[in-house]
Amino acid sequence: MIAFIVRRVLQSVFVLLIMSLLVFVGIYAIGNPVDILINPEATQSERAATIVAFGLDKPMWVQYGLFLQSAVAGDLGRSFAYSTPALTLIAQRLPATLELAVVAMLVSILLGVPLGLWAGLRRDGFAGRTIMSLSILGFSLPTFWVGLMLIMLFSVNLGWLPSSGRGQTVEWLGIPLSFLTLDGLKHLVLPALNLSLFNIALVIRLTHSGTQEAMLQDYVKFARAKGLASRRIIGVHVLKNILIPIVTVIALQFGALIAFAIVTESIFAWPGIGKLIIDSIRVLDRPVVVAYLLLTVTLFIVINLIVDVLYSVLDPRVRLSDARG
Amino acid sequence: MTEAPAVTPTDIETPFRRFLRSYLASKVAVFGLVLLALVLFAAIAGPFLAPQNPYDLKVLDVMDSRLAPGGVSGDGKMTFLLGSDEQGRDMVSAILYGIRTSVLVGVVSTAIALVIGLSLGLWAAYLGGRFDGFVMRLVDIQLSFPPILIALILLALTGPGLGKIIVALVAVKWAYYARSARSIALVERRKEYIEAATCLGLSINRIIFKHLLPNCLTPLLAVTALQVASAITLEATLSFLGLGLPPTEPSLGLLISNGSQYLMSGKYWISVFPGVALLVVVVAINLVADQLRDVLNPRLQTQ
Repeated sequence: MIAFIVRRVLQSVFVLLIMSLLVFVGIYAIGNPVDILINPEATQSERAATIVAFGLDKPMWVQYGLFLQSAVAGDLGRSFAYSTPALTLIAQRLPATLELAVVAMLVSILLGVPLGLWAGLRRDGFAGRTIMSLSILGFSLPTFWVGLMLIMLFSVNLGWLPSSGRGQTVEWLGIPLSFLTLDGLKHLVLPALNLSLFNIALVIRLTHSGTQEAMLQDYVKFARAKGLASRRIIGVHVLKNILIPIVTVIALQFGALIAFAIVTESIFAWPGIGKLIIDSIRVLDRPVVVAYLLLTVTLFIVINLIVDVLYSVLDPRVRLSDARG
Repeated sequence: MTEAPAVTPTDIETPFRRFLRSYLASKVAVFGLVLLALVLFAAIAGPFLAPQNPYDLKVLDVMDSRLAPGGVSGDGKMTFLLGSDEQGRDMVSAILYGIRTSVLVGVVSTAIALVIGLSLGLWAAYLGGRFDGFVMRLVDIQLSFPPILIALILLALTGPGLGKIIVALVAVKWAYYARSARSIALVERRKEYIEAATCLGLSINRIIFKHLLPNCLTPLLAVTALQVASAITLEATLSFLGLGLPPTEPSLGLLISNGSQYLMSGKYWISVFPGVALLVVVVAINLVADQLRDVLNPRLQTQ
């Protein structure tokens, strides 16, 4: 058990190192940040001073070494464009992304489960088949295009909802939040819906198949024989049994939501880390790009590590087969 | 014409005919096939069908910019059926060129990824041991990241470009094929014909590519078709974000991105029509792939 966890942790650290090297070397190779950061009319000595200030004059491996050293110390460099530490910049934007991702996750469950239940209970009916066809669309429609269509319909044509920004925010424990004000809530509706589209379809599918399986189980027959109302059988007994796998799958999707927020945030000008990374790539703001990628990669590695270790605790077959392979 | 004796279809049914019959049984799938044929026709014949070359700056006139669908150009020579964009580019032509690029990127990246993933998956399944462990660990690690993140890392490193986006898509997709090919091949390699080939003393590569490969291809076909659609969507998404194709390359994602600035002012056509084209491409491929999966899956066959 300990050996398994130690090996998984070592493997995670190794992946992280490889990723950081890949990201660092690549960003270094695509262009010279000096050209973008320095005013073209700057004098030669001003240029030289800036290059030294950012450490761009040192050999690449020295820069990587310094970078790694400070990364371990929690310092991922200063943003070229904002002149603030990259980590601070990301930390400032992170609450917006997390808020969006959490709301999107809730939306996918609150919309997906009832729709999936409905489709699962009336699978031959018109409503059931329509819901299932729409869920296929949810898988195959490009997210960014649906986002634009949402803006066109609800912001431009109907004028009901705003299409960009976070709206009015309220500070709670020092963190700005949108969903506590009516204006913020209005700003949240379209991005959250857009981001959750794929997961709504996923939850519908899972609930649909779960319901169909559960309805054939003996406990449902027993509950019926006992004379319980359908509402109670479905709302309490069936739902309790099918929710566990759904919640597990959706929780695993949380990392993917943060990654996909890149698209949604760009469309709705949501000031989170997704928009930040796209803007930073455009201006070659190297420290921010590196910090974002490292942070996201770390997040994923940690999530996967936790899932692996939890599974190995719950199911010894996983770690035994791993030891043999 | 001689009178042939009536033959029931089942008497002469070859595997291909049986495949055709079960494919054509679904009306939706036939619709998807027709749609796909139209898309492929547009992709191949696009430059001949298009009223203008939308990337030839000489034929564009800024005076014709942002005309509504049906608008006529300043010199009266040209009618913009689906309107024009901010550079006076005919949307019909731009969309035809865009479909061509999307299909090209989707097909080429899928083909390369398939060759790499399939080879690695088959070798892993056949050789087992360390090689298998190494390849599958690599696949596991890669599949634990969302595709868009991997593509983003690579494109942030390399910058936009046609070749670069194909490389990024290959890097994202190979793992799917490696995993599917390995799981199919693990079942196949236990069968007697592989044992027979081994007894004949054939070389490993000959056994893998001449005997194992053909028997693993059919189940992979549906996976591959679905992945083409997903590659096209990913390319469009990345181009929309400004990371995929450079502005000099016609791309549906880029067209949608250009048009999105004008959405707020009600000039919907610059963004909406390329989006509809992208939708048609993706839905057509998905419809065909869905039916292929059902038809090729022996477990679902009713007879």
